[in-house]
Amino acid sequence: MKRLSHKKLTAVALVGASLTLAGCGEDSTKAAASVSPQKMADALFAVMEADRAVYTKKVINRLVKDEKVIKASEHWQDEKALPLPAQMFRMGSERVAEKTSDFSYSLISAWPINKQNEPKTQAEEEGVKFIEDNPGQNFYKQETLGGTTYFTAIYPDVAVAPACVSCHNEHKDTPKTDFKIGDTMGGVVIRIPL
Amino acid sequence: MKAGNIKWWVMWLLLSIGLGAYNAYALLGEDKSLYLPGETSHGHYQIEMACDACHGEAFEGEAAIQSACLNCHGEELKAVDDSHPKSKFTDPRNADRVEILDARVCVTCHVEHKPEKTRAMGVTLADDFCFYCHQDIAEDRSSHKDMAFDTCASAGCHNYHDNQALYEDFLVKHAAEPAVRQDAKLPQRNYRQWLTLVQKQSQPPKKLSMADADAPMGKKLDSIEAMRWANSGHAQTGVNCTNCHVDEKLQPGWINKPDFQVCQTCHDKESDTFQAGKHGMRLAQFLSPMKPALGRQPMKENQHDTSLGCSTCHGGHGFNLKQAAAESCVECHDDQHTRAYKTSAHYELWQKEIAGELDEGQGVSCASCHMPRQTIKQKGHQRVLVQHNQNLNLRPNEKMLRSVCMQCHGYEFSVNALADETLIKNNFTGKSNVVVDSVEMAIKREREKKPSLADI
Repeated sequence: MKRLSHKKLTAVALVGASLTLAGCGEDSTKAAASVSPQKMADALFAVMEADRAVYTKKVINRLVKDEKVIKASEHWQDEKALPLPAQMFRMGSERVAEKTSDFSYSLISAWPINKQNEPKTQAEEEGVKFIEDNPGQNFYKQETLGGTTYFTAIYPDVAVAPACVSCHNEHKDTPKTDFKIGDTMGGVVIRIPL
Repeated sequence: MKAGNIKWWVMWLLLSIGLGAYNAYALLGEDKSLYLPGETSHGHYQIEMACDACHGEAFEGEAAIQSACLNCHGEELKAVDDSHPKSKFTDPRNADRVEILDARVCVTCHVEHKPEKTRAMGVTLADDFCFYCHQDIAEDRSSHKDMAFDTCASAGCHNYHDNQALYEDFLVKHAAEPAVRQDAKLPQRNYRQWLTLVQKQSQPPKKLSMADADAPMGKKLDSIEAMRWANSGHAQTGVNCTNCHVDEKLQPGWINKPDFQVCQTCHDKESDTFQAGKHGMRLAQFLSPMKPALGRQPMKENQHDTSLGCSTCHGGHGFNLKQAAAESCVECHDDQHTRAYKTSAHYELWQKEIAGELDEGQGVSCASCHMPRQTIKQKGHQRVLVQHNQNLNLRPNEKMLRSVCMQCHGYEFSVNALADETLIKNNFTGKSNVVVDSVEMAIKREREKKPSLADI
């Protein structure tokens, strides 16, 4: 598998300074330069998953479900409410896309609220089925899109709080209404151009 | 060399020099029409002589053009939460879509200098562009079955960029609103209060009278003009003659006719937005001011040579906001919509506001709709800004729904009115003969999905 340049690795720092991959010293740079795309994707996902779980549990579920002090809404600006966790995730993804093309990430599901987010490429279709059939495991594959070859990693996106399942089960556009906590609701796709 | 040959060589040389000089003059002067490859669109013709506004220095290529598009339109796209942002198309999973429609750059859909194929909204693509990606929409929305491919953006239902007033839940929320709201009123301007907060003034500035005017001898106003100033918002907030007529940074000595460069010292947002619209965009490109003669809309002939600056509409010294909000517009504009204004219900309300029979903001001037009042945060405090880019909400006209129409009217009444071109021409006198089906469709779907809401 191809090794990644330092430039691509600096992208890791965009989603979390705490990662040991993006060290400042010369030694750590050398170490980082030999990290595989899979390791980079795994590290990116670790940050994404942590931020996503913290926002869902400590902000949304606490303030909306438990303490009932504020609403969360798909139309958060109009409703003066909190953005939904999936929207936070997508806004972050769009912001990263404005800063770098060294990697990209998205959220897909076999049961999306918005049909544009259902698996689309062959790797996405395979990957979403794989993570659904193999709880706790990740899916890795190379795919070529628009003439560029990508290392594509798909990670399970698991319902971590009551807010996840109630919101999805009750949404008027949901194709599935019986999600439970702990279910794999979809997948996080990370693509690194090779 | 034969004498005859020399004669031809000299003629060739002189002609070459003459042609070169003519081309150089055309390139360096303001009139560069010689170099225009084709008529520009309604959005850019005012600045078509400032080639580098779009092409960058010495034609830097596509990246510079995209950057120029975003320089002027980028903030607006973000503000309206663009439904098709670039990031949607740079996502590798949409690479197949980019091959069909490269929406990563503006010029894919908005090609300039192509009048023969430029249509509404400055779009140069064929009208089926939505179909490329959304052809299976009927699978998800049965109501959309058998709809024509060109109705997505032309029936008052969807826009490519700005769908802030068109999304399904918004329609449901605003269904069944009355034609006219009981609290119909525009937000109140609050510049003075805002300034007091920003400048941390413990007391309002001293009001000035005619006796306080500090113009030097020889520059004093006649009594009528002086009275206008004394009654203006400027005099009432302590703005004296020298505050506007002297600005050493601009020029030494007395400035006879101060304009936007001076006004923007205090009214920067108003000036910025003025320079973003068709009235002021030439000034932003260092071209001569816009004149009605340069416009493509019908304008009154006696105003053709009037140069547009702040005082053109506001009037020097008096700065009468009521005058600027309606009478100044109709002095120049001569299209059907403008001519019908004075027989409209909106104008009737405006007359009542001027007469003091209605509160400020209950009458409807040209500016009420075309220069909407926006609540913004500036220097840490909220203020109501009069948006001086009168083109910001014009196309597609559904952009007016939230910023203007719905301040006073219900959603369905508004969206139907905006969809009726005849009604627009007669300045909304009468009722709309067009019904936009979107609200009914949204309600029907809501009831199907949530039977408990059958009563909405």
